[in-house]
Amino acid sequence: MFFLKLIIRNAFRHKLRSTLTVVGIAIAIIAFGLLSTLVGLWYHGVEASSASRLVTRNAISLVFPLPLSYKDRIRQVPGVKTVSYGNWFGGIYIDEKHFFANEAMEPKSFLELYPEFILTPEQREAFIRDRKGCIVGKRLADTYGWKIGDLITLRGTIFPGQWEFVLRGIYRGAEKGTEERALFFHWDYLNETLKKTAPRRADQVGFYMIDVERPELAAEVSQAVDAIFKNSLAETLTETEKAFQLGFVAMTEAILVAIQIVSYVVIVIIMVVAANTMAMTARERIAEYATMKTLGFGGWHIAGIVFGESLVIALSGGLLGVALTFPAAQWIQVELAQFFPAFTIAPHTIALDLLAALVVGVAAGIFPTWRGATIGIAEGLRRIG
Amino acid sequence: MGMGNGNPPIVEIVNLSKSYRRGSQTIPVLEDITFDIADGEFLALMGPSGSGKSTLLNLIAGIDKADEGTIRVGGVDITSLSDKELAAWRAANVGFIFQFYNLMPVLTAFENVELPLLLTGLSRSERREHVALALQVVGLSDRVDHYPAQLSGGQQQRVAIARAVVSDPAILVADEPTGDLDRVSAGEILQLMDRLVREFGKTIIMVTHDPRAAEKARIIRHLEKGILTDIDGQPASPVAGS
Ligand SMILES: Nc1ncnc2c1ncn2[C@@H]1O[C@H](COP(=O)(O)OP(=O)(O)OP(=O)(O)O)[C@@H](O)[C@H]1O
Ligand SMILES: [Mg+2]
Repeated sequence: MFFLKLIIRNAFRHKLRSTLTVVGIAIAIIAFGLLSTLVGLWYHGVEASSASRLVTRNAISLVFPLPLSYKDRIRQVPGVKTVSYGNWFGGIYIDEKHFFANEAMEPKSFLELYPEFILTPEQREAFIRDRKGCIVGKRLADTYGWKIGDLITLRGTIFPGQWEFVLRGIYRGAEKGTEERALFFHWDYLNETLKKTAPRRADQVGFYMIDVERPELAAEVSQAVDAIFKNSLAETLTETEKAFQLGFVAMTEAILVAIQIVSYVVIVIIMVVAANTMAMTARERIAEYATMKTLGFGGWHIAGIVFGESLVIALSGGLLGVALTFPAAQWIQVELAQFFPAFTIAPHTIALDLLAALVVGVAAGIFPTWRGATIGIAEGLRRIG
Repeated sequence: MGMGNGNPPIVEIVNLSKSYRRGSQTIPVLEDITFDIADGEFLALMGPSGSGKSTLLNLIAGIDKADEGTIRVGGVDITSLSDKELAAWRAANVGFIFQFYNLMPVLTAFENVELPLLLTGLSRSERREHVALALQVVGLSDRVDHYPAQLSGGQQQRVAIARAVVSDPAILVADEPTGDLDRVSAGEILQLMDRLVREFGKTIIMVTHDPRAAEKARIIRHLEKGILTDIDGQPASPVAGS
């Protein structure tokens, strides 16, 4: 008890210095936590994807389409349960700042393939029946205050023109990470329109989605599908949804790695700063440590006092940082809602935060602790006056 | 040798030598010192700056190591003790008074005095009693909750003295205890030390430059370039104790 009191009073002896150090550590921890969360979310789409779903696309590149006629041939491959197809639409609502995903899908098979998009049976029926109908995620609907029956207009980019949709359903995600900021509409609506306006682009799909009977069949089925279209005009590349998503992520992989490195660099920097502060503090107190040794205290007592002080400061910063990470994440969630399904701080991020603070405290404390523990009394006492 | 009060010696120093190494150079500080200090003595160690007074005091108090010779304190040869044994020995047998008080700034007067007792097996309430008594002896019962920065130099030195005596050691060592004080405060501190010798039977070894301080002592020894000279500034054997 006595020593705890001594350690805490020592830690906050220089109010300004300790406060600055604690705030510095807190800011580093916030940055670390938010950056880790950011990187985690980027990969989340990959983790959330089902292992039994495959995506077939043009072997050359994502931007080249595949003929609609492939659908029936894919369906005949043994092990295939459901086939759906669609196009990335890339329409813009109001202006570029209001970004959200929007895709043209074959509605019935799509909803079958993605049970994580939850609709009431009535809304599901209404969506499938209305060729101009669309469904949106709950968070997206909330953002714009959309209600069932509302007319939503998108400006096409890949497919020029003004496109109108009637909102027929608002889905909820089965899980927290499920994309709730997307709009899906009938692929037929896109195709019928193209037949009139740009016939050469009609009957082409961007990708097929395949549900296999069992996840173990995924490799076999994808090979079988690609084999069918080998040496045809549009060769296919079939991979698991996970791999498909990873292909997307891979483009940004370098950025993610950079962000991850930055998050660690932040911790290293604050470690150096804290170590310097602790060294300075311990240097000033050498005479006090020598006095305590004179009184009969051992190296371990002194080590405990110095190390404890370093830990108290680092963990104060860590706890403050963790406490402030939540409002910061809340702020990001509101401000950057269109980029992330849910910017929530995971428990393991908190654990990592505290671990980082602990590492800072330990690293900053090691040298001064060793100094304090091993200082010779006569030498230490000479530092006075 | 001309010992003071006729009591048996509490400190026996035989052929003590100490030198410091600075680079390739060896600087002899104490050379072949032999002398005794009687139990209950109040001894002043004087001499020019750099003559080795602090070094000798540190050796007697067990916070520095001799090169050669033995130091027996209360019958224990402290030159043969390990660092750990020495620390325990100091805690039980020696009280320290420094020129700059060396109090912990973040601890109150009470807590500063309590500090050495944390190394004993005393209970909280026993510690409380001892601390209160020590602070009463130095006349600071009304300042227990003050921090060092809230006390005058003289008061801080009295807290330091309370800390030195709280575990009831036989020997007190003081290196320039009045060196940082004005005349009045210095006088009070010396009076207090005198009382510790007379009433409580402590042995005090005090290094000082101040002739007035030395006067309070009952024996003065001079150190000159590491060699102890036997000139006393006053009668060799004061009557006290005989
Ligand atoms: N750690 C050390 N390393 C090297 N030399 C030292 C060391 N400690 C003391 N000395 C030298 O030993 C000599 C005696 O030092 P000491 O401190 O004992 O003198 P002193 O008599 O107490 O002087 P003062 O009256 O100025 O306090 C000095 O020359 C000093 O420079
Ligand atoms: Mg000295």
